[in-house]
Amino acid sequence: MTATVNSRLPGELADATSSDASLRRFLHGLPGVDQVGAEARAARLGTRSIKTTAKAYAIDLAIRMVDLTTLEGQDTPGKVRSLASKAMRPDPTDPDCPATAAVCVYPDLVGVAKETLGDSGVQIAAVATAFPSGRAARDIKLADTADAVEAGADEIDMVIDRGAFLTGRYLQVFEEIVAVKEACARPDGTSAHLKVIFETGELQTYDNVRRASWLAMLAGADFIKTSTGKVQPAATLPVTLVMLEAVRDWREATGQMVGVKPAGGIRTTKDAIKYLVMVNEIAGPDWLDPTWFRFGASSLLNDLLLQRTKMLTGRYSGPDYVTVD
Amino acid sequence: MARIDVRKTYKLYIGGAFPRSESGHSYEVTDAGGKFVANASLASRKDARDAVVAARKAFGGWSGRTAYNRAQIVYRIAEVMEDRRPQFVTAVRQAEGLTAARAERVVDAAIDRLVWYAGWADKLTQVVGNANPVAGPYFNLSTPEPTGVVAVLAPQESSLLGLVSVVAPVIVTGNTAVVVSSYERPLPAVNFAEVLATSDVPGGVVNILTGAAPTIGPWLASHMDVNAIDLAGVAGDAALATDLEVAAADNLKRVRRAPAAEPDWNAEPPLTAMTDFVEIKTVWHPIGV
Repeated sequence: MTATVNSRLPGELADATSSDASLRRFLHGLPGVDQVGAEARAARLGTRSIKTTAKAYAIDLAIRMVDLTTLEGQDTPGKVRSLASKAMRPDPTDPDCPATAAVCVYPDLVGVAKETLGDSGVQIAAVATAFPSGRAARDIKLADTADAVEAGADEIDMVIDRGAFLTGRYLQVFEEIVAVKEACARPDGTSAHLKVIFETGELQTYDNVRRASWLAMLAGADFIKTSTGKVQPAATLPVTLVMLEAVRDWREATGQMVGVKPAGGIRTTKDAIKYLVMVNEIAGPDWLDPTWFRFGASSLLNDLLLQRTKMLTGRYSGPDYVTVD
Repeated sequence: MARIDVRKTYKLYIGGAFPRSESGHSYEVTDAGGKFVANASLASRKDARDAVVAARKAFGGWSGRTAYNRAQIVYRIAEVMEDRRPQFVTAVRQAEGLTAARAERVVDAAIDRLVWYAGWADKLTQVVGNANPVAGPYFNLSTPEPTGVVAVLAPQESSLLGLVSVVAPVIVTGNTAVVVSSYERPLPAVNFAEVLATSDVPGGVVNILTGAAPTIGPWLASHMDVNAIDLAGVAGDAALATDLEVAAADNLKRVRRAPAAEPDWNAEPPLTAMTDFVEIKTVWHPIGV
């Protein structure tokens, strides 16, 4: 299992995953995060002023990056259908308004989303592996994943076992990610994209966020994602900054790009633009694309649409003019 | 030893808090004789936007309160103002250049006006509502409901009595308000905001922006989430008033048109001061069920 993973990595990274001890040695050997520095840098980048045409561009880009999410116990097929319709045409009054990147639902609703989305190009992301807690036996998690992929999910959002991670059983987390990655495979040889959720609100320190990022990338994650949205604090700018640094360093070491997805707590256009500035400054402009950066959000889209309308019409719009989700 | 001056820069009142203007701008406020009194924040369009968001957020809770409770709260505003009479008298004297005696009469009138409107809170329904006779076995009831978020351009001359006379009738029926104070005479409005903040009025029900009606007015008039606008503050400027009315037509705002000149605010207000910003809702209900 690890052999296939290791074959695409340079020697020293491949060695890191050979045993629990070497993995721990590698992760604990990563440089520590300067907490004050990271927070100050994130705050400073948040003060950049993005106006007029740049703002219009940023808003459209942010809309294209949204994973429109509904993850409630009360989700119904009807709600998922309306959400999927909204993802395809966020602003029905304006054909130029781009579609969102994906809709994100529970696995049992993937089929419903698929019916509505068809071949519109909007991806279907499903949360799997006993989301949001991740507290289930591995075969159940794998069955959960395979089920979602079979139902037509293009992307799988898995949660890591935070209990194992915090106890220091890194190899267990690693192997689980590898196993889920394999469960993402489809019969035709393609594979669903795997996003690995850390639930950074439970990881306590930025050092742990950095370790989790490297761990997930070593295990073959296509995306690393901050949070489930069920735990506070969810995505924050400094946490995302640490993760963006990790994917930047990973590309330097391996030549491979990994995506980043902050999720939860991003509600306003202003917040979204702060993230985009940070992506550009930390990871680089290559990441300013829905393939490599996503927002996990539900209410953010409405605010983006209101701001977009304001830019186009020159007058402020209001919540009466967007859907109630 | 001479005391060092405490130089004041007053802030805006939005959502129950006192933020600085988002633009960072402020302007000098002088008394009627042209002497510097204090600095006031110069509200920008973004402050207006924030104020509308705050007002919209507060609307559900405020309109959902019982009329009786709104009466209590508006009366409470009058009580707190009464406690701070000397401050208001000074502010009105400075702003409007009145004698002490006349300024006191203005403050008295403003407080009395609040008490008067507080009394109306749970009586307006009886006066303008009705049980309509209909040709069928139904109760048919018409009742006034608040219009929503009301933008108020407050009078330019009468900085306190005028202000109270346009704000009180809006909120007493359950609307929430975004108020642009008199530009030259903003300080009584700032003091009034401090009273509101300490008199059980939920944050966001009244938001007070100090600044120029000609710059903020158009943004409020065209704002799609504002349901009505009172143009008292642009009295006498027919061209601007027309522009604002045109902008307001986009989402069919209720508009109280600007008078040709500022009226005498001492006169007892007409009922339309309140009914201009209510909607009549009529419900049918079967009799005997």
